[in-house]
Amino acid sequence: MSKRKLLQAHLPAGECVSQLQEVLRQRLCHQQLPGRPEGVEAQHKHLLELLKRTSVHGESNSVLIVGPRGAGKTMLLKCVLRDLQEEEEEEAGKNLLQVHLNGLLQTDDRIALKEITRQLHLENVVGDKVFGSFAENLSFLLEALKKGDRSSSRPVLFVLDEFDLFAAHKNQTLLYNLLDVSQSAQAPVAVVGVTCRLDVLELLEKRVKSRFSHRQIHLLSDPTFAEYLGRVRTRLGLPDHFPDGRFAADWNASVETLCEDKSVEEVLRRHFNSSKDFRSLHVLLMLCLSRVSVAKPSIRPADLLEASRLCFADAKANMLHGLSILELCLIIAMKHLNDVYEGEPFNLQMVHNEFKKFLQRKSNSMYNFDPPVILKAFEHLQQLEMIRPVDSSSAKTQREYQLMRLMLDHSQIMEALQKYPQCPTEVKQWAMSAFG
Amino acid sequence: MHVLLKELELPHATVGCVECLSVAVLFEQVLLSFFGCDAASLLPRSPSLSDFVRVYRQQRSQCPSKQTRYIVMEKAELLRDADANLLPALLRLQELVEDNVTVVLLSEIVWDKFRPNTGCFEPLLLHFPDYSKGELQQVLSRDKHPSYSAEFYSSYINILLGVFFSVCRDLRELRHLAALNFPKFCEPLAEGKVKETDAHKLWRNIEPHLKKAMRTVYLREVSSLQWEQMQQTEERDTAAVRGLSAHTHVELPYYSKFLLIAAYLASYNPARTDKRFFLKHHGKIRKTNFLKKNEKTSNHLLGPKPFPLDRLLAIFYSVVDSRVAPTASIFSQISSLVTLQLLTQVSHADQLDAPKYKCAVSMDFICAISRCVCTCFLIHGSRRENRIVQVNGPFTSFLLKENVFFL
Repeated sequence: MSKRKLLQAHLPAGECVSQLQEVLRQRLCHQQLPGRPEGVEAQHKHLLELLKRTSVHGESNSVLIVGPRGAGKTMLLKCVLRDLQEEEEEEAGKNLLQVHLNGLLQTDDRIALKEITRQLHLENVVGDKVFGSFAENLSFLLEALKKGDRSSSRPVLFVLDEFDLFAAHKNQTLLYNLLDVSQSAQAPVAVVGVTCRLDVLELLEKRVKSRFSHRQIHLLSDPTFAEYLGRVRTRLGLPDHFPDGRFAADWNASVETLCEDKSVEEVLRRHFNSSKDFRSLHVLLMLCLSRVSVAKPSIRPADLLEASRLCFADAKANMLHGLSILELCLIIAMKHLNDVYEGEPFNLQMVHNEFKKFLQRKSNSMYNFDPPVILKAFEHLQQLEMIRPVDSSSAKTQREYQLMRLMLDHSQIMEALQKYPQCPTEVKQWAMSAFG
Repeated sequence: MHVLLKELELPHATVGCVECLSVAVLFEQVLLSFFGCDAASLLPRSPSLSDFVRVYRQQRSQCPSKQTRYIVMEKAELLRDADANLLPALLRLQELVEDNVTVVLLSEIVWDKFRPNTGCFEPLLLHFPDYSKGELQQVLSRDKHPSYSAEFYSSYINILLGVFFSVCRDLRELRHLAALNFPKFCEPLAEGKVKETDAHKLWRNIEPHLKKAMRTVYLREVSSLQWEQMQQTEERDTAAVRGLSAHTHVELPYYSKFLLIAAYLASYNPARTDKRFFLKHHGKIRKTNFLKKNEKTSNHLLGPKPFPLDRLLAIFYSVVDSRVAPTASIFSQISSLVTLQLLTQVSHADQLDAPKYKCAVSMDFICAISRCVCTCFLIHGSRRENRIVQVNGPFTSFLLKENVFFL
């Protein structure tokens, strides 16, 4: 008994850490499918049932998987397909033909049709090239699908990612034809659409909507904080088949202590309150993971705090940190103009005027710059998109008189001023004074 | 980014989005860097994103790579203006091609402005902090001249940063300025007047020069070549530099100058004050309540106002000292001013009988022009109005109120 334990492999520390990184990164970055999808068991069962009916019994179906971004729709679909593959091998039945389309890639019905013919390896594909015009391809495909019936032809599964983008094609021909085939008694076809828009049915035309079965699977998961913590644990925990058992045990123990730490719980609660989806959690954990090294083979609470700070950092305030003093003074002048005139657009001359009023009061010759230099600073701010022109008719008006709006908030500017390195006190005082 | 990728010897493809006029260029560059030119030639004539992903997938199955591949896109904000599906697809590229590929987007604009309407795969955001003054000094001191010592160069950088740091923090601009002005800084050393350690004299020598550089080379008014030539020729010149937007650059005929001055007056003075300025016997103008309420913003801040042609000619005739006949040459000069973009035509092109114009030049330009003209103009710019009083010849008595300019 004890001899068996002694034979466990002990890898060197560097190897352990790199193995650890590989396993965890596969999980966090590569959308590795979990063994069992958590929190979506009912939906999983529903979808599996549906696809089984198509592939085994030859029943045509259409369904939409709807959920916000990062809810796990594609993951659910892939899990179901994987489970279906495993089950099918037991039955010597028909195999499901799969066609995967993506709304981002197939932006046009023509391209989509070519992709379908390629993936189904129909006869008008030689190597990679699809012959024939759009109408020919469409009629060929429909012929091929119509000829079969339940008993003799193989079922086809069409997966449409970003389904809402397909609804933007001309006349929605592809959607119409696919859903038409799924409604009539022809070759068994399953159409699964995946989309993030909850109002996707409004986008469909009447004739397309009527052919759709109105079956929707919603992934509006609502985990509690305890479940969220559980997810963190499962994401960070090492599996049992990790080569070095002792290292894995140490690591899992450190993850346990991490999750029980009070400050960590606060940070996670803050993240939980802002968004509950998987992706933001993965970003946070990824940032923590990148600090794990041979010298420090565990995640400490300080790492998590730091990662959280990075996630919640205001990008615009960071950009303000890098501006020159002249540009900062211009932004303060714009802020004063916004305060006095309640958000009305301004132009460079007004900002310059405001700045000159400040200079007169302080009688400081350090900031006496020529108007062209000020124009260059103003244009740099426009390039960074801190200010934006109100309308884009730049041909008619001179650059100095073009009206602009400030894209920064009052509080952002004040916060950035506090952090600005070596900010001259008179500039700070000017910013905080009430009436310019 | 490049240094890191080269040092770690990672397979990468760098794409400058400025060069990619069409997405085909982008696809070709990526396929070329990763798989060689036969892969790039597999793309059809005007490839769509679907073709790109298909060819990438094929190539990837033929030559799989153990390491992650990196695609670095510079000036990524231009991707927003391309097709709406390009940015979300690039962010998901790893999923779509099923390969270990990382897309790195480099940009000056914050991520919030990139996000498409229905959301996308959120990338990891890394902020590159700006250089502090000390760090800039360190970086700039690295390209020191071989024949001078390092402390000498860093004292020069110190002076340069002292002048330019409050205006510009861009490393590339500062490097350019440092390279251009260094010969001038070393000049007294070469002439033997000053030693290396004599900081005060070196400072006195270079300071006006740097101030001049801020007005000219920094603003790209003169090219670097012109700047170097100017340094070699006589430095003590008080004449205006022939910059890109210098007023001496444009030579206008005599009446065109008066037309331009008249246009400036018409744009920046309200129409009701014309009678007062330009007629010999004018009555008093009574200000109504409406006028009193709207007096706050000066015309100088709001920009030029459009005026009809008749008003321009009326002011022109009162401004010009000699009698001018309304011939076609006067009218054609107005059109040529529009072509030179010194005036802008505000009315529609097919309204021939009552065209409206706006003056598109600044006060400095007008001042420079009227200097060439032998009459004196007194511009009394108060908060409310621009009063121009023409004083001919040797009559130089004028009232001194706030913001009085004498030309």
